[in-house]
Amino acid sequence: MSAGTSLVETNGLGISFGGVHAVNGVDFKLADGELRCLIGPNGAGKSTFFKLLTGQYRPTRGSITIRGHAIDGMESYEIARLGVGIKTQVPSVFNGLTVEENIWLSARRIGTRTEAKDVVAHILDMTRLQSLARSTVGTLSHGQRQWVELGLVIATRPALVLLDEPAAGMSDGEVERTAELIKDINRQCALIVVEHDMAFIRMIAKTVTVFNRGSVLVEDTVGRVLADERVRDVYLGKELEVRQA
Amino acid sequence: MSKHIPLVATLVLGLAAIFVLPAFVEAFTLMELMVYVIMSILALSLGFVWGYGGILCFGQSAFFGLGAYTYAIAAINFGESTAAVGLAIAVPALFALALGYFTFFGRISDVYFGVITLTVTLILFNLVNSTAGEQYRIGSAPLGGFNGIPSIPTLNIPGMPDRVLDPQSLFIVCVILLMLVYLGLRWLLSSHFGRVVVAIRENEKRADLLGYDSRKYKLVTFAIGGGIAGLAGCLFANWGAFTSPTVFSLAQSAQVIIWIIVGGYGTLLGPVVGCFLVQWLTSYAGTLSAINPSLLLGAVLIAFVLLLPRGLVPLLQTAFVRWYPRLLSIKRQPDKAEARDALDRIPLAGTEP
Amino acid sequence: MDYAAVIGIEVLNAIATLLLTSIGLAIVFGMMRVINLAHGEFIMIGGYAAITATSAGINIWISMLIVAPLVVGAVGAVVERCVIRHLYGRMVDTMLATWGLSLLLVGAVTLIFGNTTVGLSSPLGSFAIGGYQVSSYTAFIGAVAIGVTVGLYALLKGTRFGLIARGVMQNPQMAAALGVSPPRIYSVTFTLGAALAGLAGGVLAPITGVVPTIGVAYVAKSFITVIGGGASVLAGTLSASGLFGTVNQLASFATTPVIGEVALLMVAVVLVRLLPQGITGRFFRGRL
Repeated sequence: MSAGTSLVETNGLGISFGGVHAVNGVDFKLADGELRCLIGPNGAGKSTFFKLLTGQYRPTRGSITIRGHAIDGMESYEIARLGVGIKTQVPSVFNGLTVEENIWLSARRIGTRTEAKDVVAHILDMTRLQSLARSTVGTLSHGQRQWVELGLVIATRPALVLLDEPAAGMSDGEVERTAELIKDINRQCALIVVEHDMAFIRMIAKTVTVFNRGSVLVEDTVGRVLADERVRDVYLGKELEVRQA
Repeated sequence: MSKHIPLVATLVLGLAAIFVLPAFVEAFTLMELMVYVIMSILALSLGFVWGYGGILCFGQSAFFGLGAYTYAIAAINFGESTAAVGLAIAVPALFALALGYFTFFGRISDVYFGVITLTVTLILFNLVNSTAGEQYRIGSAPLGGFNGIPSIPTLNIPGMPDRVLDPQSLFIVCVILLMLVYLGLRWLLSSHFGRVVVAIRENEKRADLLGYDSRKYKLVTFAIGGGIAGLAGCLFANWGAFTSPTVFSLAQSAQVIIWIIVGGYGTLLGPVVGCFLVQWLTSYAGTLSAINPSLLLGAVLIAFVLLLPRGLVPLLQTAFVRWYPRLLSIKRQPDKAEARDALDRIPLAGTEP
Repeated sequence: MDYAAVIGIEVLNAIATLLLTSIGLAIVFGMMRVINLAHGEFIMIGGYAAITATSAGINIWISMLIVAPLVVGAVGAVVERCVIRHLYGRMVDTMLATWGLSLLLVGAVTLIFGNTTVGLSSPLGSFAIGGYQVSSYTAFIGAVAIGVTVGLYALLKGTRFGLIARGVMQNPQMAAALGVSPPRIYSVTFTLGAALAGLAGGVLAPITGVVPTIGVAYVAKSFITVIGGGASVLAGTLSASGLFGTVNQLASFATTPVIGEVALLMVAVVLVRLLPQGITGRFFRGRL
């Protein structure tokens, strides 16, 4: 990719539900191979932004370009085929199938049977789920299911991986493992990671974008963002509003 | 070894049915068995579409009826059965393709899809039922309305319109076709296409997000189901050399669903077992004047939905697995509150050791 | 001119009939997201209740307007307790179980009453518009339809039960947190829906006569009216009945009654395809 061409670019992106502007004029750029963290208080529009990027929602204004293609009007599966993978806020996997079958379905979409076999083995190794390969996903713990979903997402070798709260509900040990996994994934894919856990963000982030009320508040390096008064206000302010109500 | 058991069992049972039964069983019973076999093909069509594809079609009888009527009209017009059979499969499949396109590409939800299929079957029933009268004919075949179409030319040896199959031969053809459909669906489900279809049933959104166009997969699944149901309809028209609008009835659709729930949702053997069992039960109940078949069927359906939602075959499989774990390489199914998660553990092609 | 008036009356009659036969299902679907495929049989039982009560000597109006709803309401209460309650949240399983129920009820009624059509003579005469005779009973049906609509509106907007019911409809968990017992509300709601079906059956018995299989004719049309109407119980059923009833009647006049039925069904299929949330998913949103 030539310098200056972003992997993802949105211009004035917006979507409204009734009178609520869930995403309100977002200009966003992500470079090839970049790892970006997306933070913001609840209801800031982060998950909605992801849904717009994956075609689950259609924007009411603005545009999205991924890998040079304008994705306006594309179905979710078409956007996925462009090289976009998403791990959703609520784990979305094939609960009735085994871990192996889950990853196989993903790997097989882009490769032959022999290729898929190798990819499955590699990902089971990467996520350290080999011992659970034949287990039905529905029986796994929440943390394990998140890793299965991670494996599922990267098996199609996407250029862009969207992670919506990958460390949610995990123990400290699991959180560290997830951070390692994400850095591992970053060697081959660009990532946008939505998270609330600031310690986790510090483990993985370089650039952080802060959303508030559907638009970008601040975009800077980790250190500067977390020290920014406005960012703290926005998180704390939200809490104060609730208490007064 | 263990994965070949279904194949071997099917061949053994099928061959027994073909060679042993006609010799030992009287003609009347053979005719009864034949209709069970034909209905099993219909059961498999919905067992595939619903049990594996997750598409609950309340109007599978629409394709069954289209198959029966297409065969009747084509056979009467052509005077030869071979092309008629082909059409009897193609017409319902195309109709399913059209209906599927209309619904799946409109992202209609499951419940509303059920309404639409129920309504379509009603429309067909109403239309065909009202075609009594000489003016309603296709070619040289009168549609007959509620009277139906009598004297349908039955299957003949391809190319020889005068050599019509006798009942024993017709029975053998039906058994062979049932075996082919069963084995064919097993093969399809072990292929990549089949795995994706099941995945879409598990989680359609995730399948889309991985890059699979779930609409197309559901469309093809639905069309295949329609074609198989059409084949059953064609054979049914042959069985009685007669067809009437009841093939399109809601009652017929309900029966197919009951067979699958009783026999085994999410398996291929289940629909066949359920079909044989419920059909036999219905005809037995018909001989007892005290019990009304409708009442019995209704009670059975309610009981199964409440108590045994996955049906008999998975229950037997689980029990079998508990006692003979080495014979089948089947994992114990974890107990789940959600009833519709059963999966027939067909080995994943390409991943076996 | 007279002919136009007659057609107009017939259209209104079709709408009223469709409304009456669908409103019970709409309440149950709108409030509980339950698709009761035995709804047609509830209507059928209402008809039988009215006819049986009348032949036992009870005044025909009381049989139709009081006995029928009470009987079917009781049946509904039992059904809810024994079957529906165990399947909450499982929409497909509820459809299947109620389909089984419909078979069971048809069988049971056939055993008790036999297979032949039983009739009830239309209690009102007819009146003339120009050279055409119109049955006065159609006015009665219209009146009942209006009465039911107004009554339900009053119930849902004006009473405490209505308020609670609307709350449960919007957010069952919240209602439970406020001390309301959703299962009790569901039980009452299902009974109400059944009673309304019984009322429809009773009121329509003089027109069509009853036979055990008459439910089949009603269930699909009611089903599709409810789905076509969308989430709003009253606005949805009213608008869908209006649309489908009109299409049905006009098509019947133009061609044959069978084509009229087919036309209704086809319009419904197209509507559901274009408006997957029903009419009130797009128009009249938020109305009751």
